Amino acid sequence: MKPFRYVRAHSVEEATAAHAGRAASRYLGGGTNLVDLMKLGVERPETLIDVSRLDLDGVEEFSDGSVRLGATVRNSDLAAHPLIRGRYPVLSQALLSGASGQLRNAATTGGNLLQRTRCPYFQDLGKPCNKREPGSGCGARDGVSRDHAVLGHSAQCVATHPSDMAVALAALDAQVELRGPQGPRTLPAAEFHRLPGDRPDRDTELDHGELITGVVLPSSAAGLPSAYRKVRDRASYAFALASVAVVLGVEDTRVRTVRIAFGGLAHRPWRALRAEEALVGQEPTDEAFLRAIDTELSEAEPLRDNAFKVPLARNIACDLLRHLAAAPAAPTS
Amino acid sequence: MPDTVKALGAPTERREGPDKVTGTARYAAEYRPDGCAYAWPVPAGIARGKVTAVDDTAALSVPGVIKVLSHLNAPRLAEPDDATLAVLQDERVPHRGWYVALVVADTLEAAREGAGAVRIDYAEEDHDVTLRTDHPDAYVPEDKDGTSGEHVRGDAEAAFESAPVHVDVEYHVPPLHNHPMEPHAATAQWQDGQLTVHDSSQGATTVRDVLAALFDLPADRVTVVSEHVGGGFGSKGTPRPHVVLAAMAAHVTGRPVKLALPRRQLPAVVGHRSPTVHRLRLAAQDDATLLSVIHEVTGYTSRIKEFVETGAAATRVMYPSPHARTTHRVVPLDVPSPSWMRAPGEAPGMYALESAMDELAVELGVDPVHLRLRNDTDTEPDSAKPFSSRHLAECLEEGARRFGWAERDARPRSRVHGSVLVGSGVAAATYPVNASPSQAVAHAFPDGSYVVRVNATDIGTGARTVLAQVAADALGVPVERVRTEIGSSDLPAAPLAGGSSGTASWGWAVHEACARLAERLTRSGGKELPPEGISARADTAGTADADSDYARHAFGAHFAEVGVDTVTGEVRVRRLLGVYAAGRILNARTARSQFVGGIVMGLGMALTEGSTMDPAFGDFTESDLAGYHVPAHADVPVIEAHWIDEEDPHLNPMGSKGIGEIGIVGTAAAIGNAVYHATGVRLRELPLTPDRVLTALDAGA
Repeated sequence: MKPFRYVRAHSVEEATAAHAGRAASRYLGGGTNLVDLMKLGVERPETLIDVSRLDLDGVEEFSDGSVRLGATVRNSDLAAHPLIRGRYPVLSQALLSGASGQLRNAATTGGNLLQRTRCPYFQDLGKPCNKREPGSGCGARDGVSRDHAVLGHSAQCVATHPSDMAVALAALDAQVELRGPQGPRTLPAAEFHRLPGDRPDRDTELDHGELITGVVLPSSAAGLPSAYRKVRDRASYAFALASVAVVLGVEDTRVRTVRIAFGGLAHRPWRALRAEEALVGQEPTDEAFLRAIDTELSEAEPLRDNAFKVPLARNIACDLLRHLAAAPAAPTS
Repeated sequence: MPDTVKALGAPTERREGPDKVTGTARYAAEYRPDGCAYAWPVPAGIARGKVTAVDDTAALSVPGVIKVLSHLNAPRLAEPDDATLAVLQDERVPHRGWYVALVVADTLEAAREGAGAVRIDYAEEDHDVTLRTDHPDAYVPEDKDGTSGEHVRGDAEAAFESAPVHVDVEYHVPPLHNHPMEPHAATAQWQDGQLTVHDSSQGATTVRDVLAALFDLPADRVTVVSEHVGGGFGSKGTPRPHVVLAAMAAHVTGRPVKLALPRRQLPAVVGHRSPTVHRLRLAAQDDATLLSVIHEVTGYTSRIKEFVETGAAATRVMYPSPHARTTHRVVPLDVPSPSWMRAPGEAPGMYALESAMDELAVELGVDPVHLRLRNDTDTEPDSAKPFSSRHLAECLEEGARRFGWAERDARPRSRVHGSVLVGSGVAAATYPVNASPSQAVAHAFPDGSYVVRVNATDIGTGARTVLAQVAADALGVPVERVRTEIGSSDLPAAPLAGGSSGTASWGWAVHEACARLAERLTRSGGKELPPEGISARADTAGTADADSDYARHAFGAHFAEVGVDTVTGEVRVRRLLGVYAAGRILNARTARSQFVGGIVMGLGMALTEGSTMDPAFGDFTESDLAGYHVPAHADVPVIEAHWIDEEDPHLNPMGSKGIGEIGIVGTAAAIGNAVYHATGVRLRELPLTPDRVLTALDAGA
């Protein structure tokens, strides 16, 4: 393990300034992924800027009904928060389906978004990986690709994003708040992570030195029926083979609002815009759900070992839509 | 001895429990001698070839790095029997992950950084790591002890063809990893020509003997201590490369050296269960009696060491049939050396046999419990020896009663709860009775206390505790008066904790030593003992390993109920129950723990555990506990373990059979059979993960 400098930031400004002033810096949140990667030699930062004690650990409601999640709120606290459980059950469920209790106690909102793929070739310095070492090749394409992407992958990279939380945020139309040397900006959660293309080394749209300060959940999804379904190789403590987050609003026997995002299928949470478009205004029938989801998944290009992900994703999405269509709307307060 | 003394059988709490839960029990990596240095191995980055150059410049420039060892500068060792221990002796790379260098440093971090900085050049050769049943290099290994090779009774093929009812099926079991909680670790120190090693091992006597031979020392110049061991499941049953490297590094640097293997390196260097392909042909008469059994098992071994996963061994024990052929074949490949993993042979073999028996029951239209009862026997089919005790029928019947088997609707897909299909299954279990010679010393002190000394190893099983119980009963004293000293090669020599034989082997010697001591105490007629007390010694060579006229095995039955989600393909076990006939149960508490632990491991084998040999790179894709899925708490339902009282005079003085492995045998078959009963679809490749189950359901629908 390479020696590194440790800096504790006392304010957002101090954190971004420290980052800008040092080469090869990394922000440290819960450390549940970054520290592992440092031990493996995948991450070799010169400086760790500890942002875990910044005053960003609140969950607050704004007058317009939107809710802001601080970047350092721990996953366990967020999942258990009454506002989240009551209005955004999909987010609470997604968080609780991830990792283990101990990890969720340490992991932060910002860090969860920035966790890196668990692709075994990315984690093994002895093997090629374009994400870790651009130009070295893709080990998974030659090797074992059961857990890899079926949507949006490239010749360069077939990795998936491992976060459950990010899938729920994509389905909630959340906004990610950033602060960088050029000041603050926001990005839609669904566009925060990138597809690999020919730059798989870039997981997100973050600019160098930018810090996630929070995530805003809009009021539009509050209180609508929503849920998360995750399928994995064991009942707990495993990454998704496929997962889906759904928000569904039905009025007068018609779909008024629907947002669907898949996890485990792509390099980022896969917002199913085509399926959503196909469903709005339709009657929420099994046939309509199946047609819409098939439309979305028709562009899937499974690899040698993961063709199963397409029917699996279809099944869980249709089942969850059916389930939510039959559910009463949750109270909004 | 008075009848009132009954230490054996009682649910005595394990003696080191408080030490373990308070963190005062020390494991091999927790010893920190003064001046201790740290070692980190460098695994080969190719699957086959030779090391052509080692550049240690960058590694040696890492602050704190003391030494970089490779085959170019490492001390020469005597040639070991086990080729996996010939570390850093030559340039060849027999598989990916084979150690090609070792970095020693003042700190763990520097050793690790240094290991990453060693540059190795290779002459790479094409590799072949793919197991195929039609591989041209497949061969039938020599039958070393009745468990491998090929056994034939009658004309199995002709009988199979002529029978009215057939099953001809192929089952696949993937590579499996032992992954004990405590990774392999050793702390080694040389002082005045004396080597002392704290090693995480299942048998310190063997580690001592092997180190003495490798470093050309008399055995009394080596001490190996394995006081507490966090599991092994066979992977610590023989010395592993880490202990040789630690001793070598300590010798070269003149400092104590600690080497704790990182989890991700374990799959390549500490053994694993070879994948196996099982072709099972069963033929029966219309009355459900077996006519012919053909079990062909193909597994792999490495290029440097033959290890046979003896998957057909249990088939020679289970059911009588006039005709049978059981054949093992192995294919040498450029893979890490496979080795012992809990119930080697029996676990995959009984998965295949007991699944095929379930298929035969379906073909015959008979209840699967009935099929096994119909084919029960008092005589071991292959050897024609009488069983010393069997009681398989009693296990099946008692299990069926407790499980509520009589209420089961035999039709597949007969229980539907929404999207979940519920089913139940049964499988038999067996494991041989093993024992090896051991020595032990029993000592009486004037204050009425006793100590027994034997180099047993407690790998989490409760060995310390049960040996005190054995001693107490043989001495006729309360168990509290007996102390147990185990876990050091300076104690009387003893075999490993493995093959479900530890308690039988050590207990036999402890019993004999204590019986002799009791006799001496009786002869002395209550005279006061000398201040140092008196001792008695036992050595069971020639006794514990004597041939028997009986076939000696434990048996059992497993029952499982599962729910299969037709939306996701997820299988969840709802109930698991095991009933065992394993001789006399010596400690009800620790025995139950072992039975249940075995069942959980069988659950993992059935549903979650599987490793993939990467054809492109030649190593296992699932290299850590995030990728290799042992069952989590959420996977494990309520598990019941019961046993029947079995009196068998042909075993050992305690009347016990081994209990450490039988729980994993047959469990996967019971679960797989339950999945068939739930869904009507037969899956023949483990583990039954959602991808496989969903694909099979879609194909079957």
